[in-house]
Amino acid sequence: MSELRELYQEVILDHNKNPRNFKKLELHSHHANGHNPLCGDKLELFLDVVEGIIKDISFVGSGCAISTSSASLMTQFLKGKSIVETRHYFEDFHDLVTGKELDEEALEGLGKLAVFAGVQEFPARVKCASLSWHTLINALDSVDEPAATE
Amino acid sequence: MFDINKVRSDFPILGTAVYGKPLVYVDNAASTQKPQQVIDSITDLYSNHYANIHRGVHHLSQKSTALYEGARETVKNFINASKVEEIVFVRGTTEGVNLVASSYLEPLLEPGDEILISEMEHHSNIIPWQLTAERTGALLKIIPLLENGELDLSALPDLLSPKVKLVAVTHMSNSLGTINDVSLIIGQAHGLGIPVLIDGAQSIAHMPIDVQKLDCDFFVFSGHKIYGPTGIGALYAKENHLLNMKPYQGGGDMILNVSFEKTEFNDIPYKFEAGTPNIEGTIGMAAALDYVSELGIEAIDKYEQELLAYASKRFSEIEGLQIIGTAPNKGCIISFVLEGIHPHDVGTIMDMEGVAVRTGHHCTQPVMDYYNISATTRVSLSFYNTINEIDEITRAIAKVKELMG
Ligand SMILES: Cc1ncc(COP(=O)(O)O)c(C=O)c1O
Repeated sequence: MSELRELYQEVILDHNKNPRNFKKLELHSHHANGHNPLCGDKLELFLDVVEGIIKDISFVGSGCAISTSSASLMTQFLKGKSIVETRHYFEDFHDLVTGKELDEEALEGLGKLAVFAGVQEFPARVKCASLSWHTLINALDSVDEPAATE
Repeated sequence: MFDINKVRSDFPILGTAVYGKPLVYVDNAASTQKPQQVIDSITDLYSNHYANIHRGVHHLSQKSTALYEGARETVKNFINASKVEEIVFVRGTTEGVNLVASSYLEPLLEPGDEILISEMEHHSNIIPWQLTAERTGALLKIIPLLENGELDLSALPDLLSPKVKLVAVTHMSNSLGTINDVSLIIGQAHGLGIPVLIDGAQSIAHMPIDVQKLDCDFFVFSGHKIYGPTGIGALYAKENHLLNMKPYQGGGDMILNVSFEKTEFNDIPYKFEAGTPNIEGTIGMAAALDYVSELGIEAIDKYEQELLAYASKRFSEIEGLQIIGTAPNKGCIISFVLEGIHPHDVGTIMDMEGVAVRTGHHCTQPVMDYYNISATTRVSLSFYNTINEIDEITRAIAKVKELMG
């Protein structure tokens, strides 16, 4: 049970029930669809990037608690961050959920996203947590096909 | 009734624990666990009898061949085919369907011809027909689903026409549990001279199968879903179909005589078994069929129906739980959704309670589309499950609701 509480922390449950930035952005510079064929999770991500800074970011879609809350927390976290930073955060987040060694500074940098550390105990759920991030990278690279996890 | 404790003790894996909790294995529709008898049959083969089959004059090759061909006899008896020549060993249901699509159907198809399947098919009984249709200009037609998970067989007379060259339907749905009235489908199709393939992947382990009584033209199943090894299955086809079908793959064992100008193909069923086959799988599958026969498929069916009735009752008492697939005639599969909780989360939490369920679309995306859902949680039972385990599952579902609520 303790691993489960570790996975389904209050923050995660809260963001699953009330996802933040859950809307389409009419005005956006980047956009991508993400799909996890294994469990049917689907999400659509919108970004408004001005001069290398994420001015606004939002998503819509349906998925499990891990993928929905991950998308929600990601959008909150990235608002105001630069594209360059964002790519670093992607690497750090990926290391976090796959259980790779993360230095103190990197962990601190992820702020609230650290709640997803519990995912590393559940290898089958890593794809849920990282779907929104893979979609984000696809949007930034402007790949038009839906992002597949891994 | 059989002795459930004795039965459970035949399956070593059922005595193991997951995260410190006793394993409750209810993912039987995906694959079943193996009894010691099956494990021993493979060990015995490799320890005492193994050599390549059909080719050697030496002692071991003859022993191996006898076991392999004995397995064909076992399959024939299990599904009551009239001849051993009607049993072709394949890798599984999927390969059986592909074999019929390429060797039987494809050479017959003209542009505009139709292949009739149903809305509840497993992807394995959709894609091979889709590929064949693409190559020939034929069309795929669909028998629609009804809300309770039955097929709308009232649509059948309109769907059947001389354009239809084959009907392929599942005997029992792997995502809904529905047992289809295949006798009615076969009767109507045969009325127009249309052959019928039955996907027996799910039905084989849960009900008596008599291919002569069904009068189906083709019947396919997988060994691993009836307590046997993976990588082996069987295709039953009526002799006259097999005689007229072209080979599936070329290679050793499927020929009588080879020169660079011309090859003379072997007799049926060998014509469809190119290369060294899955010898241990075949023998292990026969051991599994013997095991099931010994328990008695009628006794199994009766016990599993009791489990199904109890589980359906317990689950439907859970608030916010909706069972997907409520046909009156069902096998022991229960798919459900929980209000506001994604099946993937349900699966993870139940796993931590030791309960192995399947979550997802179960390779039946058209069924998910019909119900407008992306996934379900599926409990699929077997004769080695118990009433007590169903109580454990019910408790695990309550835990899911508590944690996610
Ligand atoms: C109804 C049905 N048909 C076909 C298959 C495919 O079987 P296999 O993967 O063993 O070839 C399955 C297995 O999941 C099934 O449940």
